[in-house]
Amino acid sequence: MAALLEIRDLGVEFRTPAGVVKAVNGVSFDVGRGEVVALVGESGSGKSVTALSVLQLIAQPPGRIAGGRVLFEGCDLLALDEAAIRHVRGRRIAMVFQEPMTSLNPVLSIGRQMTEALRLHLGLSAAAARQRAVALLDQVGIAEPQRRLRQYPHQLSGGMRQRVMIAMALSCEPELIIADEPTTALDVTIQAQILEIMQDLCRRLGVALLIITHNLGIVARYADRVNVMYAGRIVESGPAAALYRRPAHPYTVGLLNSVPRLDRPRGRPLEPIPGSPPDLHLLPAGCAFAPRCSLAEAPCRIAPPPLRALGDGQASACFEVERLLAGVPA
Amino acid sequence: MSGRAQAGQAPAGQVQAGRGGEALVELRQLRKYFPVRGGILFGRTVSQVKAVDGVSLSIGRSETLGLVGESGCGKSTIGRCLLKLEAPSAGQVIFDGQDIAGLDRSATKALRRRVQAVFQDPYSSLNPRMTVAEIVGEPLLVHGVEPGAAGRRRRAGQLLELCGLSARLIDRYPHEMSGGQRQRVGIARALALRPDFVVCDEAVSALDVSIQAQIVRLLEDLRAELGLTYLFIGHDLSVVRHISHRVAVMYLGHLVEVADTDSLFDDPRHPYTQALLSAVPVPDPEVERHRPRRIVEGEIPSPMNPPPGCVFHTRCPLADEVCRRQVPALEPLGAGRAVACFKAGPAAVPA
Repeated sequence: MAALLEIRDLGVEFRTPAGVVKAVNGVSFDVGRGEVVALVGESGSGKSVTALSVLQLIAQPPGRIAGGRVLFEGCDLLALDEAAIRHVRGRRIAMVFQEPMTSLNPVLSIGRQMTEALRLHLGLSAAAARQRAVALLDQVGIAEPQRRLRQYPHQLSGGMRQRVMIAMALSCEPELIIADEPTTALDVTIQAQILEIMQDLCRRLGVALLIITHNLGIVARYADRVNVMYAGRIVESGPAAALYRRPAHPYTVGLLNSVPRLDRPRGRPLEPIPGSPPDLHLLPAGCAFAPRCSLAEAPCRIAPPPLRALGDGQASACFEVERLLAGVPA
Repeated sequence: MSGRAQAGQAPAGQVQAGRGGEALVELRQLRKYFPVRGGILFGRTVSQVKAVDGVSLSIGRSETLGLVGESGCGKSTIGRCLLKLEAPSAGQVIFDGQDIAGLDRSATKALRRRVQAVFQDPYSSLNPRMTVAEIVGEPLLVHGVEPGAAGRRRRAGQLLELCGLSARLIDRYPHEMSGGQRQRVGIARALALRPDFVVCDEAVSALDVSIQAQIVRLLEDLRAELGLTYLFIGHDLSVVRHISHRVAVMYLGHLVEVADTDSLFDDPRHPYTQALLSAVPVPDPEVERHRPRRIVEGEIPSPMNPPPGCVFHTRCPLADEVCRRQVPALEPLGAGRAVACFKAGPAAVPA
């Protein structure tokens, strides 16, 4: 059976004063029904641009979809016109962004914003929409939903606003929620609350979740499958358990060695990845990670390695993956 | 009077510097209240934000004290009081035996040579119109350490190399550098006057994971090489644990727990510390699958209107009537540990 969302060979470019930048370069991955998929990477890796492209939310210009397809239940979302994509946005694929304050309208009450979408997309009456909004707020753990509906975004805390965003995302019963760093701006105890509620609701309602994050802990706790991005490409993908147990790309290994872990004894020195993330204007001809990679050989500097399947659903874009895996105890 | 006030005078509440050394920095019942003004023309003070409400702490020489807590807990305000960027509303900040509030102008200037800061966002803390040479050399000029331009430039080059940057970057502007490079410039500037004590306020929080690890390594190397003392303020518990000798946990202006890093993380005693640790996901799906999750409920109350009694009682699973009425004092539990909780029992069997 085909996946719910299939991204195939997606390319996104941005025109900048210093030339055209390929922010996303040949990205392909799937999100299955009810599945939690993570897109991990550091700033500039192209993870957010990939997510925004799904709903045609890249400003054009300066951005441009350079190629590829985004199939949602077989229909190419990139081929839809503005009117058609609007039926998908919010209704079938919803988004949750990092900063809920900027995605909520500051001059409209929470109730107005929630019921507007319900009336527009689901054709509910004002009373029915209000009733549904109350139920939704209750579902995301907001106490006194009636009172909250009368309030404005600035009257809510950051965690509360993100709960409202999740309630709004769920309001039209979408099949997929794309969450772009949904808890990065929140305190740890609130972050945990929000992620638990998202996971719980997605499971219960069978909604698939594409979560974009830089936090490897969040990925480990919540994702079924992971795609690691570097300089606009997916460098490794696979089931979360396999990818963490046996990372198959030197960049993934480097990321995991860069973060201190609470479950391990202290005192082990961090092993940072040397060098800096690449300048997308000046990408090398070969593997973008080669300048920082201790395993890089001559072929790595000639052409970018393709993503190759390793079995068990894991795939790596590294010419030296056999050497890497041989050096890692299984 | 509450137990907290007594703790300030008695050595009981004063958590001694770890590592057996004498204290370089001491906070004694530090309070910092910010007025909230209301009414026309911002005239009247209508209430107060109790950003820091009676914190006593000490930091030993060459020690790194981690200070953690969520937004509004007062951790950055403590850093700013130590830097003499804020004047305490009550209590004292003692640096090397002297109350810094009592210092005159020239003594304050001398203090500023010994106490430096590295902030979160190197982009907004570096002047965009100055080159790296000027940024790193400025403290040397201001303090009259190196009046000659050539000498300052030479020293700036040395400092850059100390911080792992090529001296070739010396004529660059901040916008021409990456985030990691800018943070190295910020550290080089902080070290220009050979300080004893550096306040690192979320110094690695804005950086990407791979760069964050580089900067943490750099801070550790510099500490070893130069014998620096750090106050490392952060919200990423795994990073704070990695770099700190001791860790203090704050919640809503109060210190709730202080202990050696290993004791705090292996056996957290305050329910808030336990909640914080449980909230941090570990980057390993196998571990995560079996780890019990104790997700603390509720929101962080506003510091403008903190709850009576223990400030954590509104979210605490153990809270009872006493916690709602009385403020728990920071009580020593032995082995350098202190906890402000009526429910925290004696220490578990020491390892």
